[in-house]
Amino acid sequence: MSELDELYQSVILDHNRAPRNFRKLEDATNHAEGRNRDCGDLFDVWLKLEGDVIVDAGFLGQGCAISKASASMMTQAVKGKTAAEARMLFDKFHQVVTGTGGASPLPSKLEVFRGVSAFPIRVKCATLSWHAMKQALETQPT
Amino acid sequence: MEHHSNIIPWHLVAERTGAVIRPIPVMDSGGLDLAAFERLLGPRTRIVAVCHASNVMGAINPINAIAAMAHEVGAVVVVDGAQSVPHLRVDLQAIDCDFFACSAHKLYGPTGIGLLYGKQDLLEAMPPWQGGGGMIREVQIERSTYAPPPERFEAGTPPIAEVVGLGAALDYVMAWDWEALVAYEQALVMKAAQCIGELKGVRIMGEGADRVSVLSLMLDGIHPHDAGTVLDTRGIAVRTGHHCAQPLMRRFGVPATLRASFGAYNTLAEIDTLVAGLRQAQKVLG
Repeated sequence: MSELDELYQSVILDHNRAPRNFRKLEDATNHAEGRNRDCGDLFDVWLKLEGDVIVDAGFLGQGCAISKASASMMTQAVKGKTAAEARMLFDKFHQVVTGTGGASPLPSKLEVFRGVSAFPIRVKCATLSWHAMKQALETQPT
Repeated sequence: MEHHSNIIPWHLVAERTGAVIRPIPVMDSGGLDLAAFERLLGPRTRIVAVCHASNVMGAINPINAIAAMAHEVGAVVVVDGAQSVPHLRVDLQAIDCDFFACSAHKLYGPTGIGLLYGKQDLLEAMPPWQGGGGMIREVQIERSTYAPPPERFEAGTPPIAEVVGLGAALDYVMAWDWEALVAYEQALVMKAAQCIGELKGVRIMGEGADRVSVLSLMLDGIHPHDAGTVLDTRGIAVRTGHHCAQPLMRRFGVPATLRASFGAYNTLAEIDTLVAGLRQAQKVLG
């Protein structure tokens, strides 16, 4: 598979065309905005926490295929996780897309983002919504 | 139509002085709406700041006419020439602007340095903007007097290496056959516009404009970053994003564009590669 095919796998293209959880959570407890100042990409990420568990996640915004698919799959991945587990997943994801994590595996669905590490300029695209998710967890629940 | 670098400084001025900033509308064609510009002009117009050519669309503004219209109401004319100087033969006396600025790094020179031209009487009337070595006539404990322009505005140790680099860059570009250069760059951009115009699902921002050798594209359903990555793999370097021109992105209702810019070092064959890459991007991402 070429680096380009590795980057734009069908799963990523599918999530770009039909993003999951692409909605504002009206009953969100936590929210943050992810903005890439260099390119103008902008995502809002909402989380609903019950106790320490993320019971729902959603996002809205605009960006490239990588950032949108990543946001879509991030919302799927963190649902049902505790805040601490979501933070750990952030670290793992970050290591994989920056190519600093060795072969340590991600949850299987997120493995499709491993190809991003061959395109350093796209790392910010892939991590934009993840940073917003992490930041949302820092905010005081409303 | 402006780059943020010709918007933000005026915001800073407006915050200090209460000045009101009014934009000249951009038409769908990519040109400035000169009829609207004329209506905006009045006795309270102090400064008209405008780019010579758009860094996004390449559109060349009728700068001589704009300067003449602004001077009629007594306004000072400031021209951002960062995009025009490397691609057009610029005659500041003919433009008759009061100030003209350009960047070395757009002239194949070093980063972090540029040129500012100003009319002598205006420069002489202006106070220094920064204090430091090299800009004084004499300093006493009670007060300082300042050197005449341009030294007055060159406080502190200058970026010597960058100045030398800029000089070398200027020697290099001044030695070009400018008629041939402009003709060649125009041939490149016109071929690109024609080939891209034949692609379905791709629009050129400001299609009707006379332009320097820069084109901005909007691809239906495809984000410029993704198309840019496809082009990368074919060895075609483009700029994607808002190009530090967010108000212009809003004007055309897009978050970002894909910008191809051409220089003397490009070839007509590279345009075929660019177009093939755009087709591939549509196939992969469409």
